[in-house]
Amino acid sequence: MTATLTPAARTSAEPQLKDDSGTGTKVFNRLAATCMVLFGLIWLVPFVFAVITSLRPDNEITANPSGWWSNNWNLHAYSSALQDNPIGWWYLNSFIIATLSVVFTVVVCSMIGFALAQLNFRGRGVVVAAVLIGLMVPTQAMVLPQFIEFRFLHLLGTYWALILPAIAAPIAVFVYQAFMKGLPPALIEAARLDGASWWTIYRRVCMPLCRPATSAVAILTFVMSWNAFLWPLLVLTQTKSQTIPVGLSGLIGGSANQYAEVMASAVLGILPLLAVFLIFQRQIVQGVAQTGIK
Amino acid sequence: MTTTTTAPAYSPSTPAAGGTERTAASRVNRAGWLFSTPFLVTYVLFLIGPVIIGLVISLFNTTTVTPGLGGWVGVSNYKEVLTSADFWASMWHSVLFTLLTTPLLVVLPLIFAILCARIVRHRWFFRLVFFAPYVVPSSAVCLIFAFMYTPETGLITKAFNLVGLTAPNFLGSVGGAWFGVTLLTLWWTFGLNFILYTAGIQDISEEVYEASAIDGASPWQQITRITVPLLRPTIGLVLILQILASLKVFDQIYILLAGGPGNKTRPVIEYIYDTGFTSYRGGYAAAATMVYLVVLIVISAVWVLSRRDNADTATTNA
Repeated sequence: MTATLTPAARTSAEPQLKDDSGTGTKVFNRLAATCMVLFGLIWLVPFVFAVITSLRPDNEITANPSGWWSNNWNLHAYSSALQDNPIGWWYLNSFIIATLSVVFTVVVCSMIGFALAQLNFRGRGVVVAAVLIGLMVPTQAMVLPQFIEFRFLHLLGTYWALILPAIAAPIAVFVYQAFMKGLPPALIEAARLDGASWWTIYRRVCMPLCRPATSAVAILTFVMSWNAFLWPLLVLTQTKSQTIPVGLSGLIGGSANQYAEVMASAVLGILPLLAVFLIFQRQIVQGVAQTGIK
Repeated sequence: MTTTTTAPAYSPSTPAAGGTERTAASRVNRAGWLFSTPFLVTYVLFLIGPVIIGLVISLFNTTTVTPGLGGWVGVSNYKEVLTSADFWASMWHSVLFTLLTTPLLVVLPLIFAILCARIVRHRWFFRLVFFAPYVVPSSAVCLIFAFMYTPETGLITKAFNLVGLTAPNFLGSVGGAWFGVTLLTLWWTFGLNFILYTAGIQDISEEVYEASAIDGASPWQQITRITVPLLRPTIGLVLILQILASLKVFDQIYILLAGGPGNKTRPVIEYIYDTGFTSYRGGYAAAATMVYLVVLIVISAVWVLSRRDNADTATTNA
């Protein structure tokens, strides 16, 4: 449990349980594999079914909604989904909000993480305690007072209303703090002796070495920001200013005869993050394991 | 820059003997606070701020449509919340959802993570498949499941018929709605706990298994005597994280069911949403938020304390 926060990639060091220890073990492992494959396939069903449905013509779906085949595959539903809803705008909003949230979170949280790990300043204990208390505040549950606050600040309906509450992420602080503590002290001492300022050490020595922490924090912040629902639902009320999750939720219970279009919209809503996930699979999985277990 | 001070960051309370050391110490203090300031400002404004604002407006009859605090009402909002049948019903729905999802989402991912660890090749495939739903927005998940839950003709309804069962009305009956939301949540969030368990299993030394295999331990014995006992801290963590996450349920129930049928599945957050943004009673909804917050914080405190114990053992040489 203690080693999860070290910079070294752990995925390569999986315990390789060998299946050379008797037939009983072999049979058991074979059974485990079969079981896993079966459930893996079941887990894929909603994805595959949504994609297939989105490619079938509406009259076929109406005749047989749970069919897996079409005699007339087509992309028609996608073009009408893009036409009927400002999905392009939703993408853009989600993308801007998520990207800015990531930039601010990484900068702000890595700075304090650096201070807590490398600078023994007076009051450090108080700051650590404050961050720990922040960990207990359930942000999603605080939307009502948050709404009052942002109305007072006249920020409702702006991107800032979604970005600002995301920045102070206690969990990101702890990821950075733990990571920066793991850096070799000799390196920082050497930089000090060379006359480097703390800012230079943070910027030129620590941050480049903290890439794994940055990628974990960045990706998780992006996913969380992209998928946020309740707060954007309250804050962004114009159709064009909505994010992907809020926009898509408006399609539920809509016209019953446009299943292909609804599924196409869902697939379009899934695609960007699924792409991010497939590209950064390793970092995401590692990041989740790190931040959750610590 | 002076050369006399070596590693001021690591020496706790440098004795302020020389003038250079004193300036170095004060420089560290200044740097520490400067580096912390951006976080502390956003922290106070947007993390702690809403809690304080919630506390204040819960004592007023603030509305969410007109600016300003409104009039002072003392604790009458709290009295009303605590005696409101609707509030307690929604509290119960959140707890019920937690009771329905937590055992499934703690036990099933554990079983599959253990099984997955016994597979030699292509383990990445299962991590991918199980975790992928977790990155999908809630509303996309709900769109797909709503379609699969269609009465008579939906895919899941058909699957029930296939094995000789009658599917409940997933969107129209209370029992069916709970079943549907639980199944959706299981599919959607299974991967997170699965990954947490997988990471925990990776931390168990391979030698323990090898030694036990030499002693003739069966796979079943290895799992029950080694893996599960050694995973106990991870299981505890997953349990507390899952309880917290489940108590905060909103998205699925709101999007798929709108709290229906007849508010019979409405969770606390939707109750706060309804009273605050449909009835515009900000002060009252803030009081409900505070009551709910106390419940969550008590449980979170357990989590943070357990985290700190772990962190202490991980980084004691600070």
